[in-house]
Amino acid sequence: MSALLPMPFFSLVLLLVWLLINNSLAFGQILLGAVLAVGLPLLLRPMHVPGPRVRSLHGVSIYLLRLLRDIVVANFDVAKLVLSSRSKLRPGFIMYPLDLTDDLPITLLASTISLTPGTVSADLTDDKRYLLIHVLDMHDEASLIEELKQRYERPLQEIFAC
Amino acid sequence: MNLNELPLWLEILLSALLLLGGLFVLIGAIGLVRLPDFFTRLHAPTKASTLGLGAILLGSMVLVSVSHDGVSLHELLITLFLFITAPVSAHMMCRAALHQRLKIAPGTRNGEYQGLTLARQQERDSSRLP
Repeated sequence: MSALLPMPFFSLVLLLVWLLINNSLAFGQILLGAVLAVGLPLLLRPMHVPGPRVRSLHGVSIYLLRLLRDIVVANFDVAKLVLSSRSKLRPGFIMYPLDLTDDLPITLLASTISLTPGTVSADLTDDKRYLLIHVLDMHDEASLIEELKQRYERPLQEIFAC
Repeated sequence: MNLNELPLWLEILLSALLLLGGLFVLIGAIGLVRLPDFFTRLHAPTKASTLGLGAILLGSMVLVSVSHDGVSLHELLITLFLFITAPVSAHMMCRAALHQRLKIAPGTRNGEYQGLTLARQQERDSSRLP
């Protein structure tokens, strides 16, 4: 990558966030945002940990839309569970075997799991091979693991091509 | 546009968004009281309140965009930060709870994983000692 913009995507996000915070598209704000967007990555470059690159922007947009839809569904599901009788709840833990290996995709998967229906990621084993997940209402352990794998982990694998 | 001159359909839309948001935040709070143990309680604020807050912020966005000139996008940032911080804080609290061996609701399946995590942490701590 070029010397002036070591992290072009990060720079773009910084500029967008700056403009959103100020809620303005004035020339001065764009200029100030651009200075920050170029300056901050240059300062942070020594701390940058190289990770896997995003391979498919198409995959990212599909993933985000699915996540948004699932969050809405998750809210209704959890609301129903909260208001229904306590004895119906079947909480439990599962050990989820990870196929992902890099830190960033694992973090994204764990966050996705925490935001979606009845699951919160609780712990990651030291060898990064298993994710401990707490489930609010568990019917079938194996089918839940399979669903998480198909619905979230495979798309993440495709996005990061790993 | 003055706040008193909002068209009726917009007022209805905004009220519906605010009510929906309020309802979900309320359900999240009820969940905190009703659910049996720490781990199940953790589910209520990470989910029920994201949609609740989302609906309220959407309402705020529409109202400010209509009543002032120009679009208000601050709310998008709040949503973004919420979606980044909510799962991370839930994860940290869950880890702390596992470490503290908080009581698990009876009937929880695979409760022994808690012991497993703890044994692993103790092993790691003891291997750090000189």
